[in-house]
Amino acid sequence: MKTLMGYIAGLIFGLGLGISGMTDPARVLGFLDVAGSWDPTLIFVLGGAVITTFIGYRLVLRRPNPMFGERFQLPTRRDLDGRLIGGAALFGIGWGLSGYCPGPAFASIAGLTLPLAALLVAMVAGWFLARAVPTRA
Amino acid sequence: MDWSATLHGLIGGVLIGLSATWLMATLGRIAGISGIIGTLITARPQGDSAWRLTFLLGLISGPVVLMLAGGDLGNVAGGSGEEIGEGIGGVIGKVIGEPAGGVVLMLVAGLLVGVGTGLGSGCTSGHGVCGLARLSPRSLVATLTFLAAAIITVYVVRHMIGGGA
Repeated sequence: MKTLMGYIAGLIFGLGLGISGMTDPARVLGFLDVAGSWDPTLIFVLGGAVITTFIGYRLVLRRPNPMFGERFQLPTRRDLDGRLIGGAALFGIGWGLSGYCPGPAFASIAGLTLPLAALLVAMVAGWFLARAVPTRA
Repeated sequence: MDWSATLHGLIGGVLIGLSATWLMATLGRIAGISGIIGTLITARPQGDSAWRLTFLLGLISGPVVLMLAGGDLGNVAGGSGEEIGEGIGGVIGKVIGEPAGGVVLMLVAGLLVGVGTGLGSGCTSGHGVCGLARLSPRSLVATLTFLAAAIITVYVVRHMIGGGA
């Protein structure tokens, strides 16, 4: 049952990315290019998603536990550290170079091109690298 | 302003929010793509991998469903969308855009995205959507940081160096 729930979540997420245009790096880069012919689409995607999730979480987290899990697994840390900020900065540079963040990159596999394959392989390599970095940064 | 693109964006965004809500309601998990897929590939946790794999399969099948449904369900900016196979009724919608750069640029960008989201514990979905919705200060700082870094990068590439993505 957990696997079915996971599939449905992924499917809705993938539909959302496709409908919103986030599977097109040109739209994403158009949003990031504030000095060019700015494309505001991404702000509506992010805004729609955050507001929906904000309301959704309020309703869901009233329950004692998830339907098919033992407990809600929420991050508890509230401190800021170099790992968080440095990591976010590196991610932002990669995002700005390609127009791909992890969701749209994996969601675009059906239209796989050589450059996209290169991006995905390098991204996975980066995840392994990040795991090798000691937590005390 | 392109109202069609805006409406598409809003509808897509609400769907992403519904997905995040669904995943929390059913499995109690944050819908962070780099966390879900990154953990699946790098750690393969016992008894905690199957839903990650089916989530990934669902994520990939979303755009496929849109393409097979045909019409203009996608929101590709330049009309340069990738076409796959013969759609139902022969109509194939354009949903997946083409990469804006070559293999070398994508290798560099991919590595930065991987290392960055790995170290920073999240990407646009985990920090940007779920984290902001939880009013997490860490996610707010991370989101502002990667947005700023990406905007500066695009400015440098497009307006100072010229060319590139």
